[in-house]
Amino acid sequence: MFRGITFIPPNTKIDFVGQRAITWFVSAFLTIVPLVLVATVGLNMGIDFQGGTLIEVKTKANPADLAEIRSKLNGLGLGEVQIQQFGAPDEVLIRIASQPTEAEQQVSIAKVKKTLGDTVEYRRTEIVGPTISSELIAGGTVAVVVAMIGIMIYVWFRFEWQFAVAAIASLVHDVTATIGLYSLLQLEFNVSSIAAILTIIGYSLNDKVVIFDRIRENLRKYKRMPMVELLDLSINEMLSRAVLTHVTTFLAMLPFLFFGGEAIYGFAVAMCFGVVIGAYSSIFVASPMQLILGVRRDAFSPSAAGAKDRTGAAVRA
Amino acid sequence: MLQFQKWKLILVFGVVLAGFIFALPNVIPASTLAKLPDWLPHDQVSLGLDLQGGAHLLYQIDDKELVDDWLGTIRGDVRERLRSNRIGYTGLQKNVASRSVSVRIREASQVDKAYDELKKLAVPISNDVFGGFSGYDLDVERKGSDGVTLSVTDAGLNSRISSAIQASIETIRRRVDAFGTTEPSIQRQGRNRILVQVPGVSDVQRLKTLIGETGKLEFKLVDPNANAAEVAASKKVPPGDELVYSDRKPPVPYVLKDQVLVSGESLVDSQPGFDQRTGEPVVTFRFDAAGARRFGRVTQDNVGLPFAIVLDNKVITAPVIREPILGGTGQISGNFSVQQANDLAILLRSGALPAKLTVIEERTVGASLGADSIESGKKAAIVGLLLVVAFMFVGYGLFGLFANLALLINVVLIFAVLSLIGATLTLPGIAGIVLVIGIAVDANVLINERIREEIRSGKSPLASADSGYSRALTTIIDSNVTTLIAVLVLFWLGSGPVRGFAVTLTIGILTSMFTAVTVTRMMVAYWLRWARPKSLPL
Repeated sequence: MFRGITFIPPNTKIDFVGQRAITWFVSAFLTIVPLVLVATVGLNMGIDFQGGTLIEVKTKANPADLAEIRSKLNGLGLGEVQIQQFGAPDEVLIRIASQPTEAEQQVSIAKVKKTLGDTVEYRRTEIVGPTISSELIAGGTVAVVVAMIGIMIYVWFRFEWQFAVAAIASLVHDVTATIGLYSLLQLEFNVSSIAAILTIIGYSLNDKVVIFDRIRENLRKYKRMPMVELLDLSINEMLSRAVLTHVTTFLAMLPFLFFGGEAIYGFAVAMCFGVVIGAYSSIFVASPMQLILGVRRDAFSPSAAGAKDRTGAAVRA
Repeated sequence: MLQFQKWKLILVFGVVLAGFIFALPNVIPASTLAKLPDWLPHDQVSLGLDLQGGAHLLYQIDDKELVDDWLGTIRGDVRERLRSNRIGYTGLQKNVASRSVSVRIREASQVDKAYDELKKLAVPISNDVFGGFSGYDLDVERKGSDGVTLSVTDAGLNSRISSAIQASIETIRRRVDAFGTTEPSIQRQGRNRILVQVPGVSDVQRLKTLIGETGKLEFKLVDPNANAAEVAASKKVPPGDELVYSDRKPPVPYVLKDQVLVSGESLVDSQPGFDQRTGEPVVTFRFDAAGARRFGRVTQDNVGLPFAIVLDNKVITAPVIREPILGGTGQISGNFSVQQANDLAILLRSGALPAKLTVIEERTVGASLGADSIESGKKAAIVGLLLVVAFMFVGYGLFGLFANLALLINVVLIFAVLSLIGATLTLPGIAGIVLVIGIAVDANVLINERIREEIRSGKSPLASADSGYSRALTTIIDSNVTTLIAVLVLFWLGSGPVRGFAVTLTIGILTSMFTAVTVTRMMVAYWLRWARPKSLPL
């Protein structure tokens, strides 16, 4: 009979929440450092949010002569032109700063195409005008906020307000940490980054709900257990599941880092990071926050819902 | 746990079977697919522009120009209305900033009459949704003792923009269709935008020129008494005339009478062709009956004089009228290349755009990059799937195998639903499928871990499996709903590739609830019944 390998032995007793003095510090670090990074180093804003033109070309010459392309395009007077190798040696990415109007943007790309002529094959062209880029910024921000509020309402509805607050706090932690990663690695920050962040929010929350579910169950089961112990018990009980799930999701996304191509690389990096940071914050942010927020011990007892119930009173007495 | 009602079993089997049938066209070569009988599904998942290459162009209509044009029309209407009623007026002008036209009436005794007459210019507009009355397109007000102002209302402007967008979409559709590409999509987006998506197009520049050209064709007389060069130098345009340049380099100035003899609206057809004498590419056109009559009369009256064919305020050609053109057909020559003649014919045939359109977002992907993306996406997805399957088997043995089978069914179902609803698959969409694999597996991990706990608490294999499934269910639902909330927001926000990601993720999460819970449960139940194990291999 095929029996699976038990990666995590049952009945582990790691005091995750017991060590909260240290992990609070780590979590604070993971939240504050990204903000400092974004403020000082900044984000590598893609054309989605900044406006501008992006052209991906494959040169007939292999490898591409970046210096020649640069000197040709700099002579056009289009403002800042960035040229970098992108993937294979004959693949080049050209980024042109946003022009004041949409019409000028169209003129600028026509100039570039005329200058480069037949020496290249155009693989991708993206032009984002100033109107769209400002809308995308607003839309992206609204989306993240709306998603968080929607999730908060759902968690509040299904659990208690303390759980909703803990969930949101840990999501803020995850989001800032992820944005920090974008800044640290100078990955291009664009619409698919927002998609990555929203997905991380969804995934991370999925994980928190699983642990909350167990905390709720244990609150019903062990009415006298100290809260710290109860939280640690819940986390330990779910440890095997957490490891297996996160490892599979991570394994599923990992190949996109290596084989997915340049177009999806940044997204894959963020997702892989998101799996790790989401797992971390479930254990070290969302759970210990219950201590601070003081979830009521009888919040989920059958008696708490309706009028005082004799059995509930008896247990507390 | 062991007993399933028969209808449930049939339903599950039916769904899985249907999934396979609907997903099948995606792996069958097109040649074989064509030979299959009609009653079998033939729909394949359509690939997004990032995978098959193509152009995504977002156009915005120029509000200002639209208002300006409209005010011009209103001014003309006011002039006509006052003249025909013999009302003297002065200071008739349009004011773009306040979106209005104002006029002063000379005789105090006629102000009331003028006001009543001008009020008739306001047209009631109907509400888009209910078709009911929702106000007038113009506000006609009296200003001071002798003034009347006609201002454009917001509702009027919106309905004007709406109809301009509708008309533009029709025009663009005719132009893109003539371009000869497969399945272009042209849709309105928001209040004043049009999204044009053309798969597989290679010459994007030509497509853009063809779509973006207004295509306003006018026939006007050249003023024989004016010296164009002098007028161009002094900028003193004689009254009733206008200065228009040709589309050549360098531009040649022409002084034209500003009255339009015949406009492009009177055209019923135009085709590219060749001049019978010179053999150079030309565009031939045909007027409708009224246009032909008017054109015939004008050419009859002006034999020997030049007239100009003006496209989008540029003179294309200005031939001399040798004889009256009574048949209603003619040709435009202007040193065209074959392609230019072809495109001009398309432009004239499709009619003019009601207002200028500006590209505010453009994303084009070449076919080779699309093919590369499919390859890399496929490779990454398959490797990811294999890793997950291997890991699940190592972690849970036989129960991992059940989960893996369910996983494969889930992937098949995702493709079936994608084919069925005609959704598009994008590169992020492929990543979405892989992420779903992770999420779907989580459901089985939750169930299996729960069963392990139940076994440890001393329950029998059957009871452990039973309560493992039932107790993990609420957790699975809760966790999936929260993920869905985030993903639905993504769907609402995103366009193109990102939306493709949200689509596959949403479908995948929903189908995974079925495969990871119902399907594996059935497998486990049948295995328990068949093997009657003393202990579970978990």
